[in-house]
Parts: sequence; C-alpha cells; structure tokens
Amino acid sequence: MTHEHAPRVNHRFDPLTINRLGLWLFLVSDASFFIALLSSRFFVVGTSTPEEVAQVLGLSLTILLLLSSLTAYRAEAAAEHGDVHGAKRMLLATMAMGIIFVFGVGFEWHEAFKHFPPSTAFGTVLFTLTGVHVTHVLTGVLTLGFVYFRVRNTDSIGDNQWAVEGAVKWWHFVDVAWVFIYPTLYLLK
Amino acid sequence: MAAFMPLVRGAIYAAIGFVIGAGISLGITNMTGEDAQEPLIVLGYVFAVIGWLMGVGMWKAWGRNWFGKSTDLNPSGGWERYLRFNIDHKVIGIQYITSLVVVFLLAGILAMLMRAELADSGQNVFTKTTYNTTMSLHGIMMVAVAVATVMGGFSNFVLPLMIGAEDVAFPRINALSFWVIPPVVVLLLLSPLFGGFDTGWTAYPPLSTQTPVGGLLFELAFLTFGISSILGGMNFIATIITQRAPGMTWGRLPIFVWSVLAASIISLTATQWVAYGLLMIIFERIFNMVFFSPPGGNALLYQHVFWFYSHPAVYIMILPAFGAELEIISHFSRKPLFAYRWVVRAFALIVALSFVVWAHHLFTSGMGESLHGPFMILTELISIPTGIVFLSALGTLWRSKLRLKVPLLFALGVVFNFTIGGLTGIFLADVATDIALQDTYFVVAHFHYTIMGGEIFAIFAAGYYWFPKITGRMYNETLGRIHFGLMFILYNITFLAMFIPGTVGMNRRVAEYPPEFESMNLIVSIAAFGLGLSFLPWIYNMLNSWIRGKKAPDNPWDATTLEWQTTSPPPLENFDEFPVVTGDPYGYGDETVTHARFGKPAHSAPAEGD
Repeated sequence: MTHEHAPRVNHRFDPLTINRLGLWLFLVSDASFFIALLSSRFFVVGTSTPEEVAQVLGLSLTILLLLSSLTAYRAEAAAEHGDVHGAKRMLLATMAMGIIFVFGVGFEWHEAFKHFPPSTAFGTVLFTLTGVHVTHVLTGVLTLGFVYFRVRNTDSIGDNQWAVEGAVKWWHFVDVAWVFIYPTLYLLK
Repeated sequence: MAAFMPLVRGAIYAAIGFVIGAGISLGITNMTGEDAQEPLIVLGYVFAVIGWLMGVGMWKAWGRNWFGKSTDLNPSGGWERYLRFNIDHKVIGIQYITSLVVVFLLAGILAMLMRAELADSGQNVFTKTTYNTTMSLHGIMMVAVAVATVMGGFSNFVLPLMIGAEDVAFPRINALSFWVIPPVVVLLLLSPLFGGFDTGWTAYPPLSTQTPVGGLLFELAFLTFGISSILGGMNFIATIITQRAPGMTWGRLPIFVWSVLAASIISLTATQWVAYGLLMIIFERIFNMVFFSPPGGNALLYQHVFWFYSHPAVYIMILPAFGAELEIISHFSRKPLFAYRWVVRAFALIVALSFVVWAHHLFTSGMGESLHGPFMILTELISIPTGIVFLSALGTLWRSKLRLKVPLLFALGVVFNFTIGGLTGIFLADVATDIALQDTYFVVAHFHYTIMGGEIFAIFAAGYYWFPKITGRMYNETLGRIHFGLMFILYNITFLAMFIPGTVGMNRRVAEYPPEFESMNLIVSIAAFGLGLSFLPWIYNMLNSWIRGKKAPDNPWDATTLEWQTTSPPPLENFDEFPVVTGDPYGYGDETVTHARFGKPAHSAPAEGD
C-alpha cells in the first residue's frame, strides 16, 4: 500500500502495521456514520416497533451473518497458516452467506412494502437502516470477491496476506454494525 | 497535447459512466413507475465519478492492483504530472492549492455580485431566487476553500517534509482525495443551470427537499466533498503516527503538525454526520421518505445532524490556521514558541469541546428549552483553549526582535481579526443576545471575522511563507506588503461596518431590505469592492514570481523546522539525506539545541524516547 515510489524508509513502522492503522481509522470513521444512523431511529419513531416486523426473518439473517463472521475468521486463520485452499473455501462460504443475506433483505423489503412503505415513519427508518447496511454487505462481498480472484489460481498466499486480513476485518465490521442495527430495529418495545 | 490525455480520458469515462448509471436507474424506475429524473441523476453521477477517477489515472495507478496486475505509479515528470492521478504529496498539495485558488476567486466574484445587489435597498442585479442561489454558492464554495486549502493543500505539501517523511502513509488514497474535488466543482457550477438552490449552504429541510434539480446537484457535491475530507483526515493521522523521522518524538513535532492532527480527528469522525444529513435529504427527495415531515419526522433532526458536523467543521478550518499562525510567529520572532505544551493541550480541548457545542446554532429553532443553558456554557468554555492559543502567540511576540516580512504581517492580522471574531462570538453563544441577533448580519460579520479574518488571513500567511519552498522562487516583498495593507484595512471596514445593520436587525439572506439600512450597506459594498480589488496585486505577484521570480535559497527565513533543511523545491524523495531529529523545533536563542542532523541512519532506527 505504501511507498511504491520510495524504496527507502525513514521510520520504524512496517507496511502491515500502517495498513492496519489506516483500516482501523476508517472503521472508526464509518462507525460514527452508523451512530448517526441509529440515533435517527430514536428521533423519528422513538422506541416503538410495529407488530408486522418480520421477527423470524430478522433473527435468521442475524444468525446467518454471525456464522459468516466465523467462516471469515477461518479464512483469515487459514491464510495466516499458509493454507491457501482452506482460505479459498472459507472465502467462498463467506461470500455465499453474504449473498444469501442480501436476498434475505430483498425478501424483507418485499414484505415491508405492504405494511410500512418508505413514506411512513417506520418505513423510513427500516429502509434506511437496512439499505445502508446492505450496501456495506455488498462492498464486503465485492472485496472478498477481489481477494478470492487474486488467490484463486495460486498455491501460496504470498503477498495477499494483507488483502485477506483487510477484507476479513471489513467483513467483521459490517457484521458488528448489524449486531447494533438488529436490536435497534427489531427488538425495541 | 498528450499531457491533457488523462483529463480527456477522465471526461470520456465519466460520460460513459453517467450513461451506464442513468440506464440502470431508468430500468429500475420503469419497473416501479417512480419519477425518473432525480434517481437517474444520482445513479448516473455515482458511475460518472467512478469513470472520471479511473480515467484520470486511478485505474493505471491503483485499480489494476485489485485484480492482481502490475501498476504504473510514475510520480516523476514535468508540468504534465499535475494533470493526472499522481501520488507525490507535493504534486497533490499544489493541485489542491491551485484548484482552490480558482474556486476562491470565483466565489469572491459571487460575493461582489451580492454586494452590488445590496448596495441599495431595492432589486438591481438579481431576482430573489437568483440572489439566494448566488448567496448559497458563495457559501458552499468558500466553505470548501476554507476546509481544504490548509488541510488538503498546505499540509499535504509541508507536513510530510516537517516530520521528515518521504510521503504520506497512503499516497494513493491521498491522490484519490484530491481527484474527487473536480466533480464537486463541476456540480456546483452546473447547479445554477438546473434551477439553482436557494437554501443557503446549510440546506435546511423542508426547503432543501423541494428545490429544483440544482439543489440535488449541490447535495451530491457536498457529499462527495465529505469523502475527500474523511480520507484526508485518515491519511494525516496515519502519516503523523507512522511516518515520523527517527527522533521526531511527539514533544518535538512542529505546532502546525499538532494542529493538523487535531483537525484530522474532527474531519475523520464528524464529517460522517453531515454525509448522513445529506443522504436523508436525498432519500426524502427520491424515495419520498419522511425524516423531516410529519408523521414522526421533524426538520430539527437535520439541524442537529448538520451542526454536529458543521460546528466542528469550523475547527477543521481554524485549527490548522492557528498552527500555521503560531509556526510563522515563532520563526519570525526568532523565539521558541511560548507555552508549546499548553497549546497542544488547548488543541486537544478544542477537539473535545467542538463535539458538544453544536446546538448553539439552534437556540431559536424551537429545540427543548432545557438544552439552552448547557449549550451556552459549553460554547463559552471553548474560549478558554482558544485564549491559550492567543496567549501563546502574544507570549512568543513579547519582547522579540520581529522580522516584519509579509507572512508575519498576515499572521499578526489573524491575531487582530480573530480577537474581534472571538469577542463577537460571545453574543451569539449567549442565549439572551442570540435570540435577538440570530439570522441577522451580525452573524454574517462574526462568521467572516473568524473564518475570513482568521483562517483566510492565515492561508495568505502560509501562502507567502511556504511560497519559496513550493515554487523555488521568491515572491515580491513590496507587492506583498501592498496586498496586506489593502486587504487588512478594507477587510476591516467591510466587516466592522456590517455589524451595525446586524445589531439593529437587518436580516441575512435577503436581496431587498428596508431603506433605513441603505447608508451602512453602501459603505459595506464600496469597501467590499475595494477588498475584491486588493487581491489583484496578490494574483500578479504570485503568477509573476512563480514564472520570473528570483531563485529562492533553500532556507530564506533561517527557520529551524525540517521543510527548510532541504532544497527549494524539494526533490522527489524530499530529502537527499535522511534527517535524524535531535531537539526541539524552535531552538532559537539556544546554541545547544539543534532540531535535526542529516546523515544516513540505520534502516530501522527506533525513534528516541516515545
């Protein structure tokens, strides 16, 4: 990521540390976006949650996303141990769950349109929170896809170590964001 | 001609991107039967920006890497390197400064047009809507100048030099944060052709959800600018933490570096809030959501979210300005910076307080009464750290042998102007007086005293101070003095006079006003035109000196900090020999203190003592 045009360095940080710091700073920044997002829920509809919210679907999506964090973690661990085939398998599994999640949200929207379209107060909150989050999920799937594309034909992780780690960290962040969105959107009374 | 190829390719790719995005959007709106126009613009614009970035060189320098292919960064070259995606922080700094100078001059011309309208009470130049669009455009363009000229321009150029680095931590992200600025400018300049927007740069709903398409273009531009600001903040924090030369401990950082760090923390975390505010407006426009309209929705939501960014944003503007001001005062007083550690603490306190003062913009909005007292007190508390910055400036100047060059003149101008700006701010922080003064020209005059008198003067101080380093040429001192004299006097006449109609209740953001305010406004308008003309010697001086000026020595100011210890302009790798920092940055008058020595250190020499 750094110093492609500067073969010499005059500081004591290795590229991996610098990349990690950069990603963490970006996560802090994006987390403040989610705080703003969550606070608007309370401003617009208080703590009320309509009866018609699809509770079973919400819980299933949450479990699915948590499981995908587990496979993402396994992908990172496999990459760290140089097990490129394990990493590829786990990356594929994570992406698959991510794509199922996107379709799940699509199905939820299909149902939600009947009960609370975007022009109602709760619809505004629901479509915004899930919409912003599902966009993050899509970027996560896309990032994992790029990483998979880069390691697909190789037998060693090589210089893709950080690519795997960065994509997986991003995926975990997207999951953690959902862990806050889920109770805020579905479970409040 | 080949030099312009990246820009041409960027424009072509942007057009292709727009067609793709618009096509997708049309497909969707055809199915759902929604109104097609605004979704088409949003999606088309998103794809157009991606196309533009890839076209100007991001694909070659970065995008290929995502697919595991080799990239071509090519940071060297002549003037044509300024016209493409280039990762050298010095090139990016100059790209920022020159682009924003153009924006500054355009927005200045808009201010002249407004003063022409306001010279008498009737309507001369504009209709009411075009006046408000002009006022809004002037506002947002100047906000962009104020946020990005020091943070994107000067700190990009000098901050890596000051800490002894070869570049910033993420050079490609740095280039990305510059190259999203041209789409912002294009959108803003297009917006008057699409009906404009009469909301002011604050874009309060419900008005902002009902403006013509021009308003949507402005909201998209603001959002895009936020991306640049966030990525820039991230990059500077990472750079300051990881790229310092050996021995550059936290206690040895030049004060400008501290101020950029403080401002970066704000732009990293607060900018997201205004992004969300604008996103809500766009959602309300294209999906008919109800954030701001009943039932449930409330326009105050936007005002809270907006000011949660936009009040801290004035500290993104003013903190690096304070840093540059103190830097220049120390070097031209030939004295160590007074109370260095207290200034750092003051910056930290300003950052912390900046997040808990936003609702002083809402005293007249109908927000809960119980919030008035706390926000008044918190807002007034911020004058304590700001006061420390002033005491540091005065303590450094105290009994020093001043070298009264143009950069110092402008830095002293900051001290004078910002004092007036700070004192008049108390009346706006205080609930009782604010209720009378809100939305009058008093607010306009106060704001211009802090941001124009404070920050823009500091930008000129920084511009003259670093001009020899950036261009390798000396500016003309006499023309610089003429510029300062004219600008300082005419600026003060313009905005001191503006307080008077404000205190007797003249509303801001109006094209017509009661005739009894006419005489004062005529004075303001005449002085404002003089102020506009005072930039002519500056433009001539900068252009002429850059082309024909005397060659600048490496260190024309005998300053101690690292950027002056390399050639003017610096080589591609910044330093021919590695700097090793050995002492305080402001060791004036103390023979035993040397800021840095040069040599080739071991590759992973640990920084001392931190």
